[in-house]
Amino acid sequence: MKTAERQFTTISGVPIEPVYGPEALDGFHLGEPGEFPYTRGIHRDMYRGRLWTMRQFSGFATPEETNHRYHYLLEQGQTGLSVAFDLPTLMGYDADHAMSEGEVGKCGASVSSLEDMEILFRGIPLDDVTVSMTINSPAAVLWAMYLAVAEQQGVDWSRLSGTLQNDILKEYIAQKEYIFPPAPSMRLVTDTIEFGARHTPRFNPISISGYHIREAGSTAVQELAFTLRDGMEYVHWAQERGLKIDEFAPRLSFFFNAHSDFFEEIAKYRAARKIWAEAMRDRYGAENERRLKLRFHAQTAGCSLTWQQPYNNVVRTALEALSAVLGGAQSLHTNSLDEAFALPGEHAVTLALRTQQVLAYESGVTAAPDPLGGSYFLEKLTEQSEGAAKEYIRQIDEMGGMLPAIERGFPQSEIAGASYRYQREVESGERVIVGVNRFQSEEQPIELLQIDESAALSQAQKLKALRARRDNRRVQSALDGLRRAAEGTANTMPYLLDAVRAYATLGEICDALRDVFGTYQETTHL
Amino acid sequence: MSQPIRVLVAKPGLDGHDRGAKVIARALRDAGMEVIYTGLRQTPEMIVSAALQEDVQVIGLSILSGAHNAIVPRVIELLREKDMADVKVIVGGIIPDEDAAALKQQGVAEVFQPGASLEGIVGFIRSAVGRE
Repeated sequence: MKTAERQFTTISGVPIEPVYGPEALDGFHLGEPGEFPYTRGIHRDMYRGRLWTMRQFSGFATPEETNHRYHYLLEQGQTGLSVAFDLPTLMGYDADHAMSEGEVGKCGASVSSLEDMEILFRGIPLDDVTVSMTINSPAAVLWAMYLAVAEQQGVDWSRLSGTLQNDILKEYIAQKEYIFPPAPSMRLVTDTIEFGARHTPRFNPISISGYHIREAGSTAVQELAFTLRDGMEYVHWAQERGLKIDEFAPRLSFFFNAHSDFFEEIAKYRAARKIWAEAMRDRYGAENERRLKLRFHAQTAGCSLTWQQPYNNVVRTALEALSAVLGGAQSLHTNSLDEAFALPGEHAVTLALRTQQVLAYESGVTAAPDPLGGSYFLEKLTEQSEGAAKEYIRQIDEMGGMLPAIERGFPQSEIAGASYRYQREVESGERVIVGVNRFQSEEQPIELLQIDESAALSQAQKLKALRARRDNRRVQSALDGLRRAAEGTANTMPYLLDAVRAYATLGEICDALRDVFGTYQETTHL
Repeated sequence: MSQPIRVLVAKPGLDGHDRGAKVIARALRDAGMEVIYTGLRQTPEMIVSAALQEDVQVIGLSILSGAHNAIVPRVIELLREKDMADVKVIVGGIIPDEDAAALKQQGVAEVFQPGASLEGIVGFIRSAVGRE
């Protein structure tokens, strides 16, 4: 293509000027790292003080096999765990339910009861290792199981540190793993935020996630805007519950995608911190400026990985990870080269972890906080991202908040439009994907992790034995208590804890909640 | 002018990742086909009954979760039971090569793996229903 005809834009379509100079910084006050509004990062010394947590999202087949992988990852120098659950678990079905057929253990670990959770963390001291759990619609149930395992290990809840994803809004918007309608789902989320504020001061009860919004095809600006507006919705619900913003806001955490447009991603993280800190102070009345820091986990973009020439994925992931580090992430997952095909094998996941270790210990990028701060181009992009995101936030406010916006399909259609435009650009060759629409070549197949049906069989056998062994009267009475609590306005967490301690299964507990709350069907927005 | 090609785009299984299904649905529509999108979490029974009701020539299944070996053969079997074996079934998603070969042996017309082009999918459907 001739330079004269070529349009330079970010992936989100923001035009890029031929050159940026000092005028990009006119009337501009940047502030310092560790100071409000935290554009430059949440700590004064950033990675000089402490590196990000290297946290590889991991889980497959049975809890036994996943536990084995966790021990391996910790031995390799990983510094936190991140649990991937399979689809039946995410959708609140037991492994032996008809809807689970063909899905058990395929996309993550199968957990149907407290017994499975005990196995998942066997030999892993929960006061020592921080654990993140990717679970949303039934998050309160899985969290209750986790808290019960901590009790068994003799670990006081106040010493638990980790994160529950528990972000239901982005499920309606993007990933679509919802069970109940929006209002009761928001009530469950608020129950966990309230319970966390009282009992688990070091645990993040929610990770407000743009990752899945981006994977569904959004632009960086849409990811930024919808995620922060989701965050504001949770804040609103918690305040309505009577919680004080300064008592729960510091435990709200975030999760962003690290996509392939290097500078646009860095701008996104910086803009996110600024918008959030200002909104918490000015819109929600938080008093303590030091507690308005947006802390985030980043994961490299699964949707940027290609099936063709899979070793190119190592390079993509390294660049994406670098953008997250230059953007000031608190923890990071790097995808494995084989993840366009399957869950990662041990060799591939080790290489992905080594990528982070090279960045952290060899590249030198950790030595100065916000090393790109003051760059004409980056500061301009940060300002543009902020402006465009605020415009989306304003539109959603006008609709009456995120729930009405979701009901009318607003974020869903915006994302679908963006993903279709992107695919058309790839199709026309306007967006180059190396190895896919240019520089194609034949490749040797790579070795893949295979998950067969033996996990389903083993899980079904364990469930059968558990149902025969446990005190079924105690299970029934705990489930009845949960149903009554769900019908009323009490916090459901203590009732969920009773139910999981009695070894009621995930499916039984979710069925009790389905009875009370009903289920949700979306209207599709193409 | 002949009637447009009718396609049912379906998302079976528990997975909610519908980016691919929606992009395909739009691309087929832009190519002049009539597209019915089932929405999420459809059982094989629901899909085949929708295909019958909508009188489609093609069913497109989008599966990313690894559950294809349980779901796709069941759809094919139900189509045969209902005398609808002339409906072409195409599958898109994360389907390893050996599984793709096995599914085609069982009656799937084509499997489109990641990186497949929209143009290629449109072209395949046109030729499969004899409308090149």
